[in-house]
Amino acid sequence: MSASEPAVAIRGLTVVFGGVVEAVDGVDLTLERGQAVALIGESGSGKSVTLRAIMRLNPERKTRIGGEIRVGGADVMAMSPKALRALRGRAVAMIFQEPLLALDPVYTVGQQITEAIRQHERISAGAARQRALQLFERVRIPSPERRLDAYPHEMSGGMRQRAMIALALACRPQVLLADEPTTALDATVQIQILLLLRELQAELGLSTIFVTHDLGAAVEVADRIAVMYAGRIVEEGSARDVVLNPHHPYTIGLLRSRADGALAKGTRLKTIPGSPPDLANRPPGCPFAPRCFLAEERCRIEAPAYVDVKPSHRAACWRTDVAHAAFQADKAPVLEGVS
Amino acid sequence: MSMTIGSPTVPLARDRGGPAQPLLTVDGLVKHFPVKKGFGGAKAVVRAVDGVDFAILKGETLGVVGESGCGKSTTARLIMGLIAHDQGNLLFDGERIGSRALPLRDFRAQAQMVFQDSYSSLNPRMTVEGSIAFGPRVHGVPKRQAIERARSLLARVGLEPARFAARYPHELSGGQRQRVNIARALALEPRLVVLDEAVSALDKSVEAQVLNLLMDLKQEFNLTYLFISHDLNVVRFICDRVAVMYLGQVVEIGPADTVLAAPAHPYTAALLSSMPSMDPDARTQVAPLAGDPPNPIDPPAGCRFHPRCALVEPVCRGTVPPLDALDSIHRVACLARQPNSGHSLAQARRVAA
Amino acid sequence: MALATQAAAPVLDIAGGAAPAPAAADAFVPSRGFWGQVGHKLLRDPVAMVAACIILAIIAIAVLSPWITPMDPYRGSMLRRLKPIGDATYILGSDELGRDMLSRLMLGGRLSLFIGVTPVILAFIIGSAIGILAGYVGGWVNTVLMRTVDVFFAFPSVLLAIALSGALGAGIFNSIVSLTCVFVPQIARVAESVTTQIRARDYVDAARLSGASTLTILRVQVLGNVLGPIFVYATSLISVSMILASGLSFLGLGVKPPEPEWGLMLNTLRTAIYVNPMVAALPGLAIFIVSISFNLFSDGLRSAMEVKA
Repeated sequence: MSASEPAVAIRGLTVVFGGVVEAVDGVDLTLERGQAVALIGESGSGKSVTLRAIMRLNPERKTRIGGEIRVGGADVMAMSPKALRALRGRAVAMIFQEPLLALDPVYTVGQQITEAIRQHERISAGAARQRALQLFERVRIPSPERRLDAYPHEMSGGMRQRAMIALALACRPQVLLADEPTTALDATVQIQILLLLRELQAELGLSTIFVTHDLGAAVEVADRIAVMYAGRIVEEGSARDVVLNPHHPYTIGLLRSRADGALAKGTRLKTIPGSPPDLANRPPGCPFAPRCFLAEERCRIEAPAYVDVKPSHRAACWRTDVAHAAFQADKAPVLEGVS
Repeated sequence: MSMTIGSPTVPLARDRGGPAQPLLTVDGLVKHFPVKKGFGGAKAVVRAVDGVDFAILKGETLGVVGESGCGKSTTARLIMGLIAHDQGNLLFDGERIGSRALPLRDFRAQAQMVFQDSYSSLNPRMTVEGSIAFGPRVHGVPKRQAIERARSLLARVGLEPARFAARYPHELSGGQRQRVNIARALALEPRLVVLDEAVSALDKSVEAQVLNLLMDLKQEFNLTYLFISHDLNVVRFICDRVAVMYLGQVVEIGPADTVLAAPAHPYTAALLSSMPSMDPDARTQVAPLAGDPPNPIDPPAGCRFHPRCALVEPVCRGTVPPLDALDSIHRVACLARQPNSGHSLAQARRVAA
Repeated sequence: MALATQAAAPVLDIAGGAAPAPAAADAFVPSRGFWGQVGHKLLRDPVAMVAACIILAIIAIAVLSPWITPMDPYRGSMLRRLKPIGDATYILGSDELGRDMLSRLMLGGRLSLFIGVTPVILAFIIGSAIGILAGYVGGWVNTVLMRTVDVFFAFPSVLLAIALSGALGAGIFNSIVSLTCVFVPQIARVAESVTTQIRARDYVDAARLSGASTLTILRVQVLGNVLGPIFVYATSLISVSMILASGLSFLGLGVKPPEPEWGLMLNTLRTAIYVNPMVAALPGLAIFIVSISFNLFSDGLRSAMEVKA
């Protein structure tokens, strides 16, 4: 890996399932080294598919992938099965929503971690176990010595998630992919895991892509946020810009529909009407147009290109200025109400 | 009741006790599940619900919040009689549920439930209208009338009958299925609807649509909600009062605006500050609670929260705090908030959120 | 049509939902219902359809056999014993008593199918009842019923069938009774596990909340969801049952001579295996074809019944 290349660079990624479902439709995303990017979207927006494409984890036979994916400069699309195996776990590691499904139930967690280390490195069993112990301490598992010999089902949800993070870090990867890692957890545990991820990322210099449907979780861990809708990134920028200065009507809709953003108790939430488009049968133009409060004739005919609303903050919308103005106008009464 | 729903089948539930009588009173509810501990080991019990008291007033929405394993879903199932309780009383509009004056079947005609898993709660072999019409059919409504009512309810929850009535559950999205479940719950014209994490599995934008629907329906059909959720933002938005549960007990109960703005119990405060920040400039720095929710098999002695509590003092390890009134509408089970409890903070009124 | 679609639009707008909702109002094809879908899928499964055609053809031949056999299946001729396949008079040869093999195979299908399929049907009814009851009621009822059933699992099914038939004595009726006893525990076990799964679904709880009686819930909500999987399992047992039934006849515990039955024919022809092995193998081939057809059809049925989530 050359140091000048970004950790992950995706250009024009398309993923088609079964020849018809365009799950990902032209995604460009750059993950700089040491950065954390959150991919936000609802179910079916293509966020997990994009994440899995980075390691080519989508089922090969049913999937057609197009575009370019580079991890540290290396072309993932051109990799041989052997090179892919070396990539997975070694350079790029992944954590999942449900550790119980990702961990092997018949081995102790310690065995799984030492096994993972020894698969990629020539190292004695004792040394590998020592590393596993350090990892457990690193992810703050209490009484780590004892927990190394526990089976996954003997651990609580939060501990399992920590153990899976330890397993992912076993081979000192540069890139960590996280697929909804806190969705199944209680809020009190979720915040602990989010803080742990943030801390590990800073200390180990990890580059992280964090897929979630929860804006709050994204704000807690990510430097940058990319909002996905119907297989496209509709807005991308620093977490600050996207949350406080959104320019795409879909981002604005997501922010407005949050229950904590309601003006007062008993008032109706501002919802996004309708439902996402059928990905096997995309309408022309902007995929969000049928649900958009600002849609005009042009939106239904021609897909909008990215507009740089400021350096490194882009939105795919014909009417970014109007959208942003509407968001600001909306915010004013809230501030009034507070003061 | 609205005219659109056709003629009522169940005799219109009369308001027996008047507006001051709580619709549902839960009094000393206990449910322990036996578990075998290891091979030949001693029998243990999961104290899922361990002495829960609260009342739901007529026309209000009471929220129940807490971590997984705190007993909130078990409480809902006990109230609905889906599982039998070990001890305690359940009063519906002043009558004991299961007594001669209010047999379980009569109670169930007035109380319905919406479950979290929208797919598992619909029969995959039944059309949507069939599922909704099932309850009225059981209560003797002729088939045509029951179907007619199902269709008008479908329209009411925002699913055009002509397009959706004949569909099967797998032909709907999650949000649409949950609308069907709500319609089914309303088909018997209940007075109380228990919503057990009913919006938790939905995407945020769909969740907002369903929350709006729930608020509209509550007004239109004069409903009372028991709203169980782990999402404090949603609870704050939709609930009038909120009960916080910890390890099978209610630790704080009061108006949602007070409890979730100025919590009296340190656990409520911790729950609140565990919510992710929406402000990139003010991210959470320290996790308010360490570790996972404890196991309800061996709850700690004294105050059950004391091993995780920031305000813990020796007295908390030995004394069980009662759920005492802080003021006329706000009760809390914390020694630090109860005068003369022996806790050094006992005089202070509140902790900051 | 366009007008109707437009009128539908406002309702559509609030009908929120995620993934696969078809975008246009008229994109939705009215549902066929569950069994309609299963049938539709089965019709597109060539293997299952071929198997079904073979089964239907053999059943039709067996039912019509008294009227369509080319020769009298009971009349033999000592002079024309063990003719080979392709003989001018006997197309499929003749057996050790000089009876026409083709006619006997056609008529034999009757008894073979009858004593093979009947035990499965009976076991399906009895086993489902036991299993569904145990699964739905649970508790000590489940323990008592299922432990009793487990006792039968201690014996291999072939041994159990032979032991029961031996104890009851030879004959068609006793053979059916003993095979039913062999299959009831197996079907009850499957029925119990399927019912326990369905019992835990929220829609069963929702039905209880609507005030429905246990019987109504079983009939309307549970039965439709459990009978399918049990039925699939039962069809897969037909092949085993046919082989066991023939085996019993082969051992002299089932059908008695001179009735033609494939298993029995196999037995009586075994003496001729060195003289005319092809003819001697014919009843075995018939058993093989029928049982594999039932298995293939059962496989097709199972995949057709998988409801997509």
